[in-house]
Amino acid sequence: VAEHRPVAAIEAVENGLAAQGYIASRQIATAVYLSQQIEKPILVEGPAGVGKTELAKAIAAWRGLKMIRLQCYEGLDEARALYEWKYAKQLLYTQILKDKLGEVLGGAETLHAALDQLHDFGDVFFSKEFVEPRPLLQALEQPTGCVLLIDEIDKSDAEFESLLLEILSDFQVSIPELGTVSAAVPPTVILTSNGERDLGDALKRRCLHLHIGFPEQRLEERIVESRVPGISQTLRRQLVGFIHDIRTLDLKKLPSVSETIDWARVLVLLQASELGPEMVKDTLNVLLKYESDIEAALPQVTTFVAKAARQNVFG
Amino acid sequence: MKENLHRFFRAARGAGVRVSPAESIDAMRAVSRVGLSDRGILRDTFLLTLAKTEEEKQALGECFDLFFKIPEPEQPSQASPAGGQDDEKSEPESPQDAAGAGERSAENRGPLAEMLLSQDRSAISAAIANASSAASLSDIRYFTQRGIFSGRILDQMGIQRLRDDLDELAAINPALAERLTTALEQLRDNVRDIVSQALLLYGREEAENLRNEILRNAPLSQIEPRQVEQMRLLIRQIARRLRERYSKPRKRQRRGHLDVRRTLRRNAAWGGVPFLTAWKRRRRDRPKIVALCDVSGSVARVSDFFLLLIHSLHEVVSDVRSFAFSGHLIEVSDILESKPPQEAMQEIMSKVGFGSSDYGGSFADFEKQWMGAVTQQTTVIVLGDARSNNLDPRADILRRIAERSKRLVWLNPEGRTAWGLGDSEMSRYATFCTVVRQCATAQQLERAVSDIVATYQ
Repeated sequence: VAEHRPVAAIEAVENGLAAQGYIASRQIATAVYLSQQIEKPILVEGPAGVGKTELAKAIAAWRGLKMIRLQCYEGLDEARALYEWKYAKQLLYTQILKDKLGEVLGGAETLHAALDQLHDFGDVFFSKEFVEPRPLLQALEQPTGCVLLIDEIDKSDAEFESLLLEILSDFQVSIPELGTVSAAVPPTVILTSNGERDLGDALKRRCLHLHIGFPEQRLEERIVESRVPGISQTLRRQLVGFIHDIRTLDLKKLPSVSETIDWARVLVLLQASELGPEMVKDTLNVLLKYESDIEAALPQVTTFVAKAARQNVFG
Repeated sequence: MKENLHRFFRAARGAGVRVSPAESIDAMRAVSRVGLSDRGILRDTFLLTLAKTEEEKQALGECFDLFFKIPEPEQPSQASPAGGQDDEKSEPESPQDAAGAGERSAENRGPLAEMLLSQDRSAISAAIANASSAASLSDIRYFTQRGIFSGRILDQMGIQRLRDDLDELAAINPALAERLTTALEQLRDNVRDIVSQALLLYGREEAENLRNEILRNAPLSQIEPRQVEQMRLLIRQIARRLRERYSKPRKRQRRGHLDVRRTLRRNAAWGGVPFLTAWKRRRRDRPKIVALCDVSGSVARVSDFFLLLIHSLHEVVSDVRSFAFSGHLIEVSDILESKPPQEAMQEIMSKVGFGSSDYGGSFADFEKQWMGAVTQQTTVIVLGDARSNNLDPRADILRRIAERSKRLVWLNPEGRTAWGLGDSEMSRYATFCTVVRQCATAQQLERAVSDIVATYQ
């Protein structure tokens, strides 16, 4: 019985995510289950638009946790990712407390005594009150845990990666003035990357590595079904079949799951019940984002539509 | 079980997946959570914890499938109650057998002979698995070791005793001896299969390293057609290594020496009182490369790999313009950028390849049309054997190129001793080059390109 448990648990993850409208493959569900079990971040790689960010949102919604998002970009640093001192507040307080300060120090006989008193008191201004928590620190401070999404980590600088290492492996950060802040409840961490640059081995070593590619035909049909409820079965099949054919072409940017969903929505709005060559040609710009890609795909449209229609008959 | 996992990690390393001790610990923890019952989940678990790139995932997936085809040595001991029952069942049979054969010899027969005669497949394969782990089969690295390991396994199983038994039996009961001989043949086959499979699992990395080592040092112009694909792969690896080494973000120096000139200029409004300071910064350019490649006859192959290497260094090199020549010179940057390497090379060859080379004429072509591409930041690389068929070498153009550029590097596939002999103009050209170096193997190619890129760091 004990050996059956993980299988059931992984299925539970699949169902839980499905309830939030995220249709996960078995591997994705296993990754989510494992990250909970061995408390490791998941590094998700894959082409744009396959649902890397969506995965984090779905996990947060499913487990009823808050999602904290850190969008990475070039030049992102500690002050904007981790914490910052509230300088203005510190200044304001010293101004307000000026008189009080005089009182306290007035009692001191010698310069030495005054300095001693000042020392006791200096720590007041570098206390938790004056720390402005940024996403990473916020995530550690959540009393009930949270889902921390570090989006597009490949866009950040290599130095920023090193900053993350302590958080990813021990769920804690060191603030020199305050000491170490550990997570109340370890957050579920999802990192996403589009593979713009190779990430460091140190970072990869601390994560479960999940690669989400384009889904299989069946899976993609289920995704469309869950995301675009109004679509007929015939259209859904033809549409997904057509997109799988398009992906075999040599294009600058292949249509992703997000494009599939957008296109399905457009076709439903146009009240299409079947895929026709003319309609496809008119709406191809939803699917393909480059002029050269559209030009490359246009001559194939009629063949692909016919093929998709045939598949539907036999499938 | 632990033993098995360790063997799998070793096999994974063999398949080219880098498994660090920390990762293997993670994998073990993960496996302890998901259990071993569902092979699909187990596979996903390994893919998630061990493999960190897409290529690694594929390699690991294949390795996993191969690994779990081989029976595990622990299985019999785990399933020992079942195995025990089997033994008990077969025992009543063997006295009957022995009764036919003569009871005295039956008592003297070794366990291996008994096992083979009883035809108990699961027991035999379990015995093979145990013997192979005792012979540390997972240490196998090269195909030449197959014989040694087969021998060791058979020794472990007690083949010595079996031979004695066989001799004895042949005298007493030839029919039974016949049966035993066939069974032995079968056993040998089985062991051979196991060893080959193990070689596939554990020996791959070593074999690949060995092959790559040989390939790296083989003259590029003489490699066989079947090795070309492997060579391309190797070149891609080299490109990746160079990228990793040189594409690190260039940090600007924030402190250091005061830039007096800029500081004075900036503070002119305050009468030269330095309110704003300007610091000297180290400027780091990304390499700009103009490559002129001889694609005539013997040099073509080297040019091919060189162009492939240069053009896969996008992250490191900001600007590459390549030109190919034999009789005359054309620009080939677009062809190389837009087409897969094989097609690109074919097209280049059909346009300018395989002619007799005319260095002078080609340099003249370059000066006439593309001299503007050479700036103070450019490294010009000429790849060729400098054999100009006794035509005018036009070294004066090369001098002008050298004057305009940051560096002029000449890569010559021929050995130093051949330079300047026959129709080689190398010694004449060499005067204008910053560096001339031999470049005949992949290793030399890597060093040459690495040095060129390093001058910009």
